[in-house]
Amino acid sequence: MLAVRRLKEKTIKVLLFITALVAVVGVILITIFVFGKGWPFWEKYGLFKSLMGRVWLPNLDGESIFGLVPLIVGSFCVTAIASLLAVPLGVGCAIYLAEIASDLWSRMFRPAVSLLAAIPSVVYGFFGLIVLVPVIRDFFGGLGFSLLAGGIILAIMILPTIIAVSEDAIRAVPKSYKEASLALGASRWQTIYRTIVPAARSGIIAAVILGIGRALGETMAVIMVTGNRPLIPKSILDPGVTLTGTIGTEWAYASGEHTTALFAVGSVLFVLIMLINSIAIVIKNKGELK
Amino acid sequence: MRTRVRMAEKVAFLFLGVTAVVTLASLLIIVIHVFKGGVPHLSLKYLLGKPRNMGREGGIFPTIMGTLWLLTASLLLAVPIGLGAAIYLNEYTQKGLLVKIIRYFTENLAGVPSIVFGLFGFSFFVIYLKLRWSILSGALTLALMVLPTIIRTTEEALAAVPDFYREGSLALGATKWQTISKIVLPAAAPGILTGVLLAMGRIVGETAAVYLTVGGALHLPTSIMQPCRPMTLHLYILAGEGISLTGAYATATVLLIGVLILTIAAQILGNSFASRNIGKKG
Amino acid sequence: MDEFKEKATKIAAVAFNLFYGDFQALYQIEMKIPVNAITALIGPSGCGKTSFLRSLNRMNDLIHGVKISGQLYLDGEDIYKEKTDLIGLRKNVGMVFQKPNPFPMSVYDNIAYGPRIHGIKERRRLNAIVEQSLQQAALWDEVKDRLYQSALSLSGGQQQRLCIARLLAVEPEVLLMDEPCSALDPISTGKIEELILELKNNYTIIMVTHNLQQAARVSQVLGFFLLGRLVEYGPTEKIMTNPGQKKTENYLTGRFG
Repeated sequence: MLAVRRLKEKTIKVLLFITALVAVVGVILITIFVFGKGWPFWEKYGLFKSLMGRVWLPNLDGESIFGLVPLIVGSFCVTAIASLLAVPLGVGCAIYLAEIASDLWSRMFRPAVSLLAAIPSVVYGFFGLIVLVPVIRDFFGGLGFSLLAGGIILAIMILPTIIAVSEDAIRAVPKSYKEASLALGASRWQTIYRTIVPAARSGIIAAVILGIGRALGETMAVIMVTGNRPLIPKSILDPGVTLTGTIGTEWAYASGEHTTALFAVGSVLFVLIMLINSIAIVIKNKGELK
Repeated sequence: MRTRVRMAEKVAFLFLGVTAVVTLASLLIIVIHVFKGGVPHLSLKYLLGKPRNMGREGGIFPTIMGTLWLLTASLLLAVPIGLGAAIYLNEYTQKGLLVKIIRYFTENLAGVPSIVFGLFGFSFFVIYLKLRWSILSGALTLALMVLPTIIRTTEEALAAVPDFYREGSLALGATKWQTISKIVLPAAAPGILTGVLLAMGRIVGETAAVYLTVGGALHLPTSIMQPCRPMTLHLYILAGEGISLTGAYATATVLLIGVLILTIAAQILGNSFASRNIGKKG
Repeated sequence: MDEFKEKATKIAAVAFNLFYGDFQALYQIEMKIPVNAITALIGPSGCGKTSFLRSLNRMNDLIHGVKISGQLYLDGEDIYKEKTDLIGLRKNVGMVFQKPNPFPMSVYDNIAYGPRIHGIKERRRLNAIVEQSLQQAALWDEVKDRLYQSALSLSGGQQQRLCIARLLAVEPEVLLMDEPCSALDPISTGKIEELILELKNNYTIIMVTHNLQQAARVSQVLGFFLLGRLVEYGPTEKIMTNPGQKKTENYLTGRFG
């Protein structure tokens, strides 16, 4: 009886341990398969040559040129535009919710932010396609399909991430800091930007980096608004491509070598985002230790 | 001097208030615009009807079913595994190297972009495991994608269950698993459910990962080995290839309503979970 | 009247030491606890009395880095032996905690929890056990019409008696009580002390308490702990009126606390 019970408990523990390993195995498999499938590309076209190549021209029959610069520039541009828009908006919103807004308002806001986060990326892309692109076309001329459109849509998409993580960081600042500052005669605003925000700095930075990571990894919304023209853009009003977008649009008709190239692009994306996320984790942990 | 400080504060607070308004406004603009275009076309006939002419006319029933099949299959895979992992991490391990490694990998899994999941899903499930374009391939991929979410929220919910419940149970002679299954899990249930609802929202809204794994065939699925077209993919095709604007609006509306319901349910559940635990802090 | 000499030994500690990592919490404890009596463990905070109590049902095992040496015998068997059935031990040696900790369930389900996990499923048997346990804990009359309401709706004193009833439902032989009344008001405390005195006829009770008057009121045997050592141990009446050790006398007269 005792032995049976001990065996049952041991078995349960082992089963649960196995489920905990699934995530580990998953990451390992993803790394193996995505990098593995992309490996032949680097072998044939060379790592540095491809990363520096300025022309991306897959050819269904004949010689293809696979330079990643247009893709990297495009990703960088939309992410930069999105960050420039979303960081002030998001951090400002977080400060407002955590410190200024009445309890009622901030409680009403939480579902709104959650809803923004829950909207599917295709719906964002659809909205961008139907509303934003024509607006840009009317205002600035050109195609409308542009890096600017991509940046604006991405900004809205990463807003919830930045708001949520920043708000947590700001709320985590001990009340004693705020009280000490106010007791010295500082105004609420002075307290916020001199005491609270600096104290929450590492959490806010982590929020921004997480937002950047999300922007880099977004596919569907950018495909629908950036025009998908694999050339190096000259201005933000030009169409462009991103690393994600290239995979998404060319997947449907790619074959053989082209497909391998897309896996290689996926590998670059993977490495970039892992790097960014690791930085965010380190910053977050360092902040928590304090 | 004091008036300048007060002026600065008023300006700053105004600017901050504007950021909140802009955020709220973007949400409202998007939702209202989509609803305006799509709600007029929503009818029972549309929701239950079959698409004709590659989606130019007809209903979207097969895509709704595609989404539901995918959702169910993904949850059936992700929830038990995620729950198990969270229980193991929170209840069975001490702080150690092994736990740190598992947590590190789980966090990394959370950071993988969806298109890379799609690439993996295609090369591993569709091709290597020979599952082909199918709901199963998509579900396996999506399950992996939402696993970190479920693990994270379940761990939080488990950690919030006070230790003296566990002690009371063990002191009566219960085994560890009896304590977990009869006391800890029920107490953590609302928090766990919130996490599951969040995962559901992500699954319903995902496109890139399914794009590369479920095939996109516009038919009514009858088994998980068949391909399917979830609503998100349908929206992308209708809008991206300019097939039907009204169809796109309607599909987008259905999607929005779906995630709205899930989000609100998660909020309500999350609030009841929080208020239950405020009493426990004594 | 000397319980100490006339009663059989239920629990015996022999050269028992307890370590939390590098910190030694108990030093060479030697003790013979008589059956069907109330043994009170007193001493200032941090002296080891709770650590010793929690060793008796091996709840200390839950703490990371705990080590022991020596033996603790229950009915002649060393409970720290490799093959000891922990579940059976905890069923037999029950514990009531300082702060009442009813499960977030109905009164009925709280009491029935113990029997259920040990395999009893028949509704009629469970009903009988629930009623009997609540009667023994002097709580039946107060809750018999609220059996299916949440246990959290009871008052503090009632919750503690519920925890005792929950314990009695698994039919232990030994009851460990860790300052059972310290979170309760005086009236509830009185009720529980009455209850404990009743229970002593059928159970061996070991109680940690900060309240010297309570120890005097309730216990037959007294153990005084100081800095992890058992300074004095014997019949309550004798120690209270004529302590053998100077340190004991200082504690009892309030020279330190």
